[in-house]
Amino acid sequence: MSFVLETEDLTKSYRAKTALSNCTINVPQGHVVGLVGPNGSGKSTLLNIASGVLSPTSGSVHVFGSPPASSSTQLGRVGFVAQDTPVYSGFTVQDHLRYGKHVNPKWDDNLARHRVEQLGLDLGQRAGKLSGGQSAQLALTLAIAKRPDLLLLDEPVASLDPLARREFLQILMETVAEHDVSILLSSHLVADIERVCDYLVVLVSSRVQVAGEIEDLLATHHRLIGPRETSPPENQVVIESSYTERQSTLFVRSDSPIIDPHWTVEAVNLEDLVLAYMGHGRTERGSTLNKESA
Amino acid sequence: MIEFYIDTHSGVPPYLQIGQQVRRALKLGLLEQGDQLPTVKEVVSRLAINPNTVSKAYRELEHEGLVVARVGVGTFVAKSLGSESFSALAPLRRDLQRWMESARRAGLDDESIEALVRECFRSTSRTVVA
Repeated sequence: MSFVLETEDLTKSYRAKTALSNCTINVPQGHVVGLVGPNGSGKSTLLNIASGVLSPTSGSVHVFGSPPASSSTQLGRVGFVAQDTPVYSGFTVQDHLRYGKHVNPKWDDNLARHRVEQLGLDLGQRAGKLSGGQSAQLALTLAIAKRPDLLLLDEPVASLDPLARREFLQILMETVAEHDVSILLSSHLVADIERVCDYLVVLVSSRVQVAGEIEDLLATHHRLIGPRETSPPENQVVIESSYTERQSTLFVRSDSPIIDPHWTVEAVNLEDLVLAYMGHGRTERGSTLNKESA
Repeated sequence: MIEFYIDTHSGVPPYLQIGQQVRRALKLGLLEQGDQLPTVKEVVSRLAINPNTVSKAYRELEHEGLVVARVGVGTFVAKSLGSESFSALAPLRRDLQRWMESARRAGLDDESIEALVRECFRSTSRTVVA
């Protein structure tokens, strides 16, 4: 199996803080990967490193088997739309297309012009005058027309209204259906992730909590509800637990079916999964902090 | 042509929802043998969902023998499901409507009716399995 992104012990630290620590993930080709986590958890750092904008402090990172931005071929294979979908406000839409054509050897001018027409953008319009949705669409168009094999999108829909968000995701998914492109996108919106992604990476406090195909993750995680005194069934990894006087609720990961009559087993959805790992990441960080201060 | 929708609050994975909608349309006679399902690209650009989700739903329907994929053409309904049960639908619906009316006359609200239907549904499907 070939990987679009492989990292090993990838760490990025600044003087005062660690933005990413010991991140090890292997993302297989052909997926739409959702990168989820609270603000400041390292999502942007990971995307910036994968695109070659930032270099890591330690550890290794490979995109299609080579370090990011190590050659012009490599640069051509990766499209990156940074946060707040940057466009040049003084440039017209037409200028953006000309510039894209000029700097990208694989530029697909028909695709770019077709998209711009589809979006109803005026070629003579300055990008600074476009709405949030329009400039996001323009930035996506530029990244797609580059015909990359991997598209990195940092919070692409965060600032868009629901309609613009839906239109953005429609174009993104059409691109996946038409061209053989893998996507790694960060988002807070679990409902969007559920629609468009088939692979999930949860990042909390600069660490990867869980990564894998969403379908597999949903099949191997369960919510167990049982009486307070009962000990959890064997061979489970308890991700999160909460208790009342009489009842225990456990969020567990288990590769084998659970057949313990004391526990009611419930299926979980993507939001449950994301929240459980976010909570888990936070407690984990809390306990390390306590240890450090002790 | 059938049009799909995705309920992101249902907790049912999107590919299962598409499968359910095709089966439901077959059972109600809305889809018949030879009808074409929307292409993956059409579904994707309308619903903004992952193309793999649609392909997976279609693959499973093909595995069940309900549809056939013709390379480069599209996915077509392989057999109708409605025909045999179709004639039974109208009288059943009439019976159910009559039952609903008497339930309301007895003072049951929507929630109680739904709970009762669900309960009966569960107990009878258990009998069928056993």
